[in-house]
Amino acid sequence: MAFWRQPLDTQEIHITKGLVTIIEDRCKGCGYCIEFCPTHMLAFSDRFNKKGYHPPQTSRPDDCVNCHYCEIICPEFAIYSVEAP
Amino acid sequence: MSANTQPGIDHQGAHPLDDLIRTDRIPHIWCPGCGTGTAFSSCLTAIKATGIPYNQFTMVSGIGCSGRAAGYIKIDSFHTTHGRAIPFASGIKMARPDLNVIVFSGDGDLFAIGGNHFIHAARRNMDMTVICVNNLIYGMTGGQVAATTPSKAKTTTTPFGNPDAPFNLPLMAYAAGASYVARWTILHVRDLTNAINEALLKKGFSFIEVLAPCPVNYGRRNKQKSLDTLRLYREKTIIRNGADPARADIDFGRGVILGTFIDRDRDTCDELYDATCRRNED
Repeated sequence: MAFWRQPLDTQEIHITKGLVTIIEDRCKGCGYCIEFCPTHMLAFSDRFNKKGYHPPQTSRPDDCVNCHYCEIICPEFAIYSVEAP
Repeated sequence: MSANTQPGIDHQGAHPLDDLIRTDRIPHIWCPGCGTGTAFSSCLTAIKATGIPYNQFTMVSGIGCSGRAAGYIKIDSFHTTHGRAIPFASGIKMARPDLNVIVFSGDGDLFAIGGNHFIHAARRNMDMTVICVNNLIYGMTGGQVAATTPSKAKTTTTPFGNPDAPFNLPLMAYAAGASYVARWTILHVRDLTNAINEALLKKGFSFIEVLAPCPVNYGRRNKQKSLDTLRLYREKTIIRNGADPARADIDFGRGVILGTFIDRDRDTCDELYDATCRRNED
């Protein structure tokens, strides 16, 4: 028996789509973006960057909602998102 | 090497903050997982958000890991002697009252060797913004006990645990007379950026304490990886704006209070100086 309700404007709300860009050679592999991404769309890659760290990669690029949290928590200026066209 | 053609990977580097950082010095020296980078990036975002031209800002920093920030920002900045960031900043502010002066430094620099300067700048209500990256330890010199190290924490100089009580920085800033006092962690980046933005626009002495992990020198000896520290920030912090700074001591067992503690208006040093010493010049 389901009693949940939907907000009245749920059809009108437009969820933004984002495009994550990773500047791989700046990454030091701290994993903050991967851990705290609200949609968990990032994961460590198997590649190495110039410094020998594993930079993140987008495992499900379509899930990005352009919240910019990875961009603002990254200590290395290595990841940012822009609104998808 | 990272040679590949996968979409979403940028080898040129066009980060939105690239106009404010010296990109030739990036990657910076801060360790993987260090919170200073996030605090610095948050400070740059706040500078950008004010809309004030960049040549109206100057950044002063002391010695320590976070002291390197002055070298990474692409505006006029000073990397000063140990503990003396606030005196340099006071001098800049007295000579050029039109500049927005930001002091970006660490807890050891601002509160151990530079503690006296902090108290007196707050007492005079110098119109500047002080951002203190509090990583609870002397990180750069190898993890010695600092004035802000919590009780019982292990460091290289206190292998059995720190016997002393740490400083309560918001209480000290409030008691000394600061106009704006806030504390956030690097996990609460949006609140931190808003707080820095408010502090930059605030007239008077603004102090923001940023709790940041030091995974190499604090975390390693206290069995905390950098992600563990961030989880601790998520689980053991209480956001309470307007809380009494006397209750803001750092004890993760009981919960650490975050938020804007003080936001009040007092006459600044410039105004009082002009009113007292430059009365006859008009």
